[in-house]
Amino acid sequence: MTPLLVSAYTLTTCLGRGLAATLAGLRAGSSGLAPCAFETAVIDTWVGEVAAVDDQSLPVTLARYDCRNNRLAQLGLETDGLAERVRAAAARYGRSRIGVFLGTSTGGILQAELAYRRRDPHSGALPDDFIYRNTHNPFSLAEFARDYFDLEGPAMTVSTACSSSAKAFAAAARQLACGSIDAALVGGVDSLCLTTLYGFASLELTSSQPCRPYDMARNGISVAEGAAFALLERLPKNARPGSLLLLGYGESSDAYHMSSPHPQGLGARMAIEAALRSAGLHPFDIDYINLHGTATPSNDAAEGKAVAALFGARTPCSSTKGATGHTLGAAGAVEALICALALTHELLPGSPHTRTADPAIPIDYQLTPRAARVQRALSNSFGFGGSNCSLVFGVST
Amino acid sequence: MRPTPLTAWIDGVGFIAPGMPDWPTACAVLRGEQAYTPAPSVLPVPSILPPAERRRASRVVKLALALGLEAAAHAEADVGTLATVFTASGADGHNCHALCEQLATDDRQISPTRFHNSVHNAAAGYWGIATGAMAPCQVLCAFDASFGAGLLDTLAQVVVDRRATLLIAYDSEYPEPLHRKRPIPDCAGVALFLTPLQSVRSLARIAVTPGTDAAARLADGALESLRTTIPALRSLPLLQKLAKREGGGVCLDYLPPMQLRVDCIPC
Repeated sequence: MTPLLVSAYTLTTCLGRGLAATLAGLRAGSSGLAPCAFETAVIDTWVGEVAAVDDQSLPVTLARYDCRNNRLAQLGLETDGLAERVRAAAARYGRSRIGVFLGTSTGGILQAELAYRRRDPHSGALPDDFIYRNTHNPFSLAEFARDYFDLEGPAMTVSTACSSSAKAFAAAARQLACGSIDAALVGGVDSLCLTTLYGFASLELTSSQPCRPYDMARNGISVAEGAAFALLERLPKNARPGSLLLLGYGESSDAYHMSSPHPQGLGARMAIEAALRSAGLHPFDIDYINLHGTATPSNDAAEGKAVAALFGARTPCSSTKGATGHTLGAAGAVEALICALALTHELLPGSPHTRTADPAIPIDYQLTPRAARVQRALSNSFGFGGSNCSLVFGVST
Repeated sequence: MRPTPLTAWIDGVGFIAPGMPDWPTACAVLRGEQAYTPAPSVLPVPSILPPAERRRASRVVKLALALGLEAAAHAEADVGTLATVFTASGADGHNCHALCEQLATDDRQISPTRFHNSVHNAAAGYWGIATGAMAPCQVLCAFDASFGAGLLDTLAQVVVDRRATLLIAYDSEYPEPLHRKRPIPDCAGVALFLTPLQSVRSLARIAVTPGTDAAARLADGALESLRTTIPALRSLPLLQKLAKREGGGVCLDYLPPMQLRVDCIPC
């Protein structure tokens, strides 16, 4: 693909709000995970809850969108000046020339969970104040963002479980390549809800401790929430050196199982290879890999096989889910922007909570953060249903 | 930059709607050769799924698989290598209801199968398991604009990535009490096999551009009602052109104020 400019970006997770807080957390090797105290959930697990999400109040004209997921979306948009950059792009290109491509897995499902506790005792009806379209439906996120900026261009929610917001970058890149838009708001938001907490617990995929990606004793994920947004544009000829670029994307399907990865990591490998091909790069061109690394035994083993086969033990890599938790549908965008921080701040992120990297996975796994020049980074995101997406980012010279 | 036209050839169609169990029936109805008779949608058992998954296949999985298989067979395409775009205004409404209902009780130990079937991309996941296709698979949602969103990304894959891509747009009903909040009447959808190169099987060439005109309507009140109540069937005016082998432009509902104008040249 022709490289695209990532002209503005921001991310918020339990590690911190915005780029500076996230960078500081990554440099310090800290973690935002804490024992689960979310809503009424009673589960022996740790989660990554973003502070003060429910303090956000949506504009009166957009009150119909009010739910935790859109509060978190607004919190994210109003960080690092991203909203101003989107408005400036809309003014420059026209409101119909900006597309919205956002990923979410469960979106505003919490709103439906809460509404089901307040059904009419006689008729069973849901309360009048529950607005399905603007909260529960997966499109609520993308439509909220489109309305937040009064945009009039194309919009879509990508919902492929934990690869959603990585695939949103690919969908946006295609529309930019066609010229049907001039800029794209991309990213992802997922927020804590009972469906995912009890759901991952039912699959015995949650850990009772903070998640330990790629640890020999890893035993499950830490469910988390997050919001990450970026503005994608075609690369101008006079781009400032050091500008962040999207260089490639690769997508594949496991075609294997709904909730287990292909045991040999075949789908993962195909996505990574496609992303490298799309970027016109070889494995040795990559300086850092942000692994999907959820910390379940099977996920890390499968991804590790794919990475070891393509990169051997030459390329530094880590999963940052010990720092942020697994932000599910937001993970693709969150981790893409962690790659952005690695690229722009000479940082190889580590893996908080991981003590002993699994010796059965022969890759160059980074336990602790360190300074290093990173010119090109790969981010992996894999989801239920066997949905895989890898992205390659770089900086302009 | 000068926009690249979003164009493709349509090589195959799959269709299921209330009273119209397949594309040949829909063709006859849309041409006016056969009267439209309302009836509940018929969802074939997905014989390509392994037995365990086949038994448990939900309505929305049966719908999506049948749509995709009909279009692929029509296009004589190998489903095992096909890139796909799934687009739906919601996922499995019955499964969603069961989860929400149980999470509102004191016993929140939900079934793991229900949980993994709750993802919006569940039908796409089963398609992969059934067909063995490891090609890219997109899964979108844009509420009432889901067909348009799917068409845009599918065409972009055809144009940018230069590969044949199967679009599967489908919707399924919610049971009460969600049904009253989102009154989709039944399962229905359409699949279009879109390809960058013309073949002997090509039915028409389409080119899609943004517009602001009102969407074309169907003269038959019952068909028009299907168009407006089932998001995937916002495609019906285009399908009528295909059925009649008619050329010309037709406007489809997308996302206000943005509409999609589809120019159609029959082969």
